[in-house]
This record gives sequence, C-alpha cells and structure tokens, in this order.
Amino acid sequence: MNAYNGFSLHRWLGIMIKEFIQLRRDRLTFGMIVGIPIMQLLLFGFAINSDPKHMPTAVVMADPGPFARSYVAAMQNSEYFRIVGSVDEREADRLLDRGDVQFVVTFPVGFHRDLVRGQMPTLLVEADATDPMATGGAISVLKHLGIEVFAPDLPGLRQPANAPVDLRIQRRYNPEGITAYNIVPGLSGVILTMTMILMTGLAMTRERERGTFENLLATPATPFEVMTGKIVPYILIGLIQVTLIFLAARWIFAVPMHGNLFLLYGVVLLFICANLTLGITFSSIARNQLQAMQMTFFFFLPSLLLSGFMFPFRGMPEWAQAVGSVLPLTHFVVLVRGILLKGNGPELLWNHVWPILLFMLTVLALGLKTFRKTLD
Amino acid sequence: MSGTLVIDVAGLNKHFGDKHVVRDLALQVREGEILGFLGPNGSGKTTSIRMLCGLLTPDSGRGSCLGFDVLKESASIKRQVGYMTQKFSLWDDLTIRENLDFVARMFGMRKRREAVAQALEELGLAGRRDQLAGTLSGGWKQRLALASCLLHEPRLLLLDEPTAGVDPKARRDFWEEIHRLSAKGITVLVSTHYMDEAERCHQLAYIAYGVLLASGTAADVVASQKLQTCEISGAGIQGLAEALRQLPGVDQVASFGNTLHVSGTDGQRLQSSLQAFIAGRSLSMTAVAPSLEDAFIRLMQASQDQFRG
Repeated sequence: MNAYNGFSLHRWLGIMIKEFIQLRRDRLTFGMIVGIPIMQLLLFGFAINSDPKHMPTAVVMADPGPFARSYVAAMQNSEYFRIVGSVDEREADRLLDRGDVQFVVTFPVGFHRDLVRGQMPTLLVEADATDPMATGGAISVLKHLGIEVFAPDLPGLRQPANAPVDLRIQRRYNPEGITAYNIVPGLSGVILTMTMILMTGLAMTRERERGTFENLLATPATPFEVMTGKIVPYILIGLIQVTLIFLAARWIFAVPMHGNLFLLYGVVLLFICANLTLGITFSSIARNQLQAMQMTFFFFLPSLLLSGFMFPFRGMPEWAQAVGSVLPLTHFVVLVRGILLKGNGPELLWNHVWPILLFMLTVLALGLKTFRKTLD
Repeated sequence: MSGTLVIDVAGLNKHFGDKHVVRDLALQVREGEILGFLGPNGSGKTTSIRMLCGLLTPDSGRGSCLGFDVLKESASIKRQVGYMTQKFSLWDDLTIRENLDFVARMFGMRKRREAVAQALEELGLAGRRDQLAGTLSGGWKQRLALASCLLHEPRLLLLDEPTAGVDPKARRDFWEEIHRLSAKGITVLVSTHYMDEAERCHQLAYIAYGVLLASGTAADVVASQKLQTCEISGAGIQGLAEALRQLPGVDQVASFGNTLHVSGTDGQRLQSSLQAFIAGRSLSMTAVAPSLEDAFIRLMQASQDQFRG
C-alpha cells in the first residue's frame, strides 16, 4: 500500500492542531462557543416562563364591600395577579389599551348585596388577550377562586353546583385566542431584526474584507455619507419585507388591522432605522463578515427570547424584563400589537417609542465614534 | 531641479502597537517629478504612502502635501490625489463602467459621463465596459485601477507597487504612461521592487525599517554607497560565491548570469583580496561601475546590521 494514501496519524494530528490554533486565535468565535450556551441556559432556564404570574391587574370597584375586598386579596394571594390599583372604567380601558395592565376586574354596583342574596352577581374580567399564552393560567385560577373565597361566609355555597358569582371573562382584542394574531405581527419585528442587522452588518465588513474599503476611504466621502448612504437600500428592503408580512397577515391569517396604516409604517420605519444603525455599527466594529454575523446572532438570540415575542414578557423575572426593555424588538412587538389588534392611536404609543429612539441614538453615537475614517 | 514642492514632509512617525513602523520620515518631491520609493518588504513604504494621502494619521510630524497640511487637511488632499492601492481595490462585482462611474461620483465630478466615456476610450475598454471588473486579468485590472485614480485629474499620483504581477509588456506601457503624465506636470510617487523601474524614476528614496536611508537620483544613490565593484568571470565560477564572501574587504557577492559581482566599500582591500584569490585560478577580473542593485543590496545589509544588531 502506498504510504501517502493510507490514514496518517501524523497528518491527522497536524490538521487537528492547526484547527485548535486557529480557533484559539479567533477570540470572538471562541467567545461565542462559551457565551452562546451560557446565554441560552440562562434565558431558557431562568428567564422564560410560559405560565406567567404577578400580572398587573386594575380593579374597577363600583361596590367596595368586604366581599369584593377579600376577593381582590385572594387574587393577589394566588400569585397570578398583582393589583396595581383601583381605577374608573375609562382609565381601566386606557390601561388595557396601552398594555399597562393585563387584566381589569370590575365589581358591579350591588355586588355585595347580590352575593349575600345568592343572586350570582356578574364579575367582569377583561383580559388583554393579544398574547393568549400570557392569560391562560391566570384565567383558569380565577374560575376556582370564587368558591374558595366566599364559602366560609356563605355556607349555602357548599354545594358545588352553586357558583357564587357569574364570572364573565372577556378576552379583549383577540376573543377567540387565536395565536396567529399574536405571532404574526410580532414576527414582522423578528424578521426585520434578523435581516436588517445582518445585511448592514455585512455591508461594511465586506468592503473591508475585499480591500475596497481602502479605495473608498481614499475618496473624499465622509463617514456620515458612507453610513447613511449604505443604509438607504436596506430601508427599502425592510419596508418591502414588512409589507409582505402584513399582506400575509391580512389575507392568509386574517389578523385584524384596526389601527392607522400610516402610524404603523411610521413605527416600522423607526424600528428599521434602529436595527440598521445597530447593523452598521456592528459593521464598523467587526473585522470581517464572520464576526459581523456572530455579533448579529449574539444580539438576535436575546431579542427573540426576551422581547415577549415568543414567551410572555410578564412571565420573566425582573432582571430579564430589564434586559428586554432595552431591546427595540420588545417595544416594537407591543407597538405593532397595539396598533393592529387594539387600534391604538399615537397618544398611546409614546411610552414604547422613546425607548427605541433612545436605543437608536445611543447606537448611532457609538457607530460614528467607532467608524474609522482612516485605516489606523 | 526647480519647481514647487508638491510633497514636503519631515519627522513623520507612525506606530502600530509597540512597533515603530515609520521613523522620522522626511521627503521632498517637486512638481512633475517621478519619485521611486524603494525598500524591502515591511519597511514602511505602504504606511508612508497612506500617511501622505490621509488614510493613516501620523503620530507626529509635520509637512504639506499639495500645499495642504498632512495632519489637518487630509480631506482637501484626497480631492487632488490619485491613490492606487497595492491590492486591486475596485469593486469586483461592479462592471468596468460602474466602477469608474462610482469613483467619479465620489469625487463629485461635474462632467461625469463624459469623463467616464473618455476614460473607457483611452483604456481601450469601451467595448467591454459592461464586463465585471473581477473577471479582468491582472494587467487589465492594473490599467483600470490607474484609469480610475486619474479620473478626477489629480495633481499627485501615489502608486503602491502598481506593477506587481504584471507582464513586461504591460509594465513598459505603464511606465510610458507615467512619463506622459509626468510631462504634463503631474507628480508621481511610486513604490516598487524592480530595479529597472527604479532606474526610470527621476528621484529615488530608499526606506528600510521605517527609516529613510538614501535619496537622490539613481547616480546619487549609487555614489553615496561608495562601493567598488569587480566583475569576476571564468570557469567554475558558480561554486565560488561563498568563498569570495569570506574574503577581507568583500561586503557582498551577487550572481549575474555567468559572472559574479563582488563589491566592497574599501576599494584597496577588495582589490588586493581578489587579486590574491584569482591568482592560480583560471578567472578574470574587471572593475565595473556598481549597479543600482548593488547599491540597494548594500543599503539593505547595512540597515540589517544597524537594526538587528
């Protein structure tokens, strides 16, 4: 047998050693190898919870009797609800629209009296069902709560057939609990995050990798011209992507579109710009296209998991919510669901617009600072 | 030589990390001159050129390029400089015409279309203008790169090893073009490793380990090394280079076909050593004028001794 054709441990070792050396030199890849599993472990293990508790709940108290109070206390004790306060009906609506509360519980006039008389007063629970997954657990708890709370004081309730109250649950914005209503609008944000950051991330590193960056720098073009000029085509691509998703949402998934279309596109444009700014900043930090891709992935993963797109935002622990609040996708998901499903107007959006703006400006400043006008 | 100074810099320094890449570079080039920039690989030629056109910021130093401050007015310098990078740096995935058009736009040229059409015509690429630049051969890429940096009618050309990997015919055409441009008053700074190209330059500057070691005309540079060179020929000469190198007074030995060029700075010792060496061998010896290459090898060795200890 020819010595050059058989398996050679020497050659094999040589290849293995070379691979180890190269891997060690590529710090970012090495960091990813360690960082990605840790990040996933933390996110999936600690941050994600598909049975969220402590959800903000507003109470509309038309009859502040002791029964109503003990019912509210029981809700709080169930750990699924966190009572944020007692408000009037109009304020309650606004809180739901803005997404500040997940539930509104309304105790009608004469609640106490009707309850004592065994007349089954109506207890209205309105849930923000834009994300059906977030409300499921809490609603099922609510169904058993009535008997437990009132049984000690109302012995007539011992027979299980007699429900103390007429519990009416209204799933607002998505009465049938259709998952697509929740997923499809959010998906537009996920797709934009991925493609916008990646494409612009590659835009500048490609020039650097191919050596054409030097030629570009030798011309009188300014960093601002280069950065913004490179962004524009991708804005257009982003708008086309979003339009396709919205068309599909409307005609294939029959997602309701209650809000103003201009408002929607305004928010989309802001979100696209925020992502492109991040992409182009990655691009000026990364040394090659691979690094730009790795950075994109490193940003994309928490965006996907912590934004409330995949898992209920309110189900996450506080630290994860804090991280999530920095990410533009978190706010975009709320904004798009708000406009499409709730028909929110501009006055309800600002709360989630300024964090995206702030993110964008911070990243832009960082990008212009790191953009190298020279080859230094 | 008279004429205004197009490049006039002194004390330029550049570090990359703890590596001192260019040390106290001083350079003067007059209008319309062709300056050959020479030196071994990694000697700081490219870094120097990049500092002149504003792609790198010098750590210290002062001077002007085209009348603009090299430290503060790099934007104005870029407008009037044509810089040709060592590696082909036009866009492979744009066509020839698109590349020229893009560069013309970057320089904000007013009669862009005409200028691009004319450049294509002069290049002889008008018929292939829609071909992707990446598919061109090395020689054509070089011509395209030159055309693209001439597009905005620069007053100074900075060419970084423009003829590396180009065949002799294309190289000769290239140098004819450089001389035509020089005659029109365009100043050219060109780095090269080729001796024949160095000899085509008006002035030379030799840089090694970031230090400018010699400058002047080719004759000046050769004279500055105070070399004496003897050409030795005869039977069995191939095996003698190593023995010759050991002789007192011999600084370098170089093979030229069937002859050896033996050089040294101490003429008398060189002569006596060689005479003793050829005595009894069937060799002949004639004194020749040292070539530019002899001078450069000498410079390179001297700088190695100096910087490597």
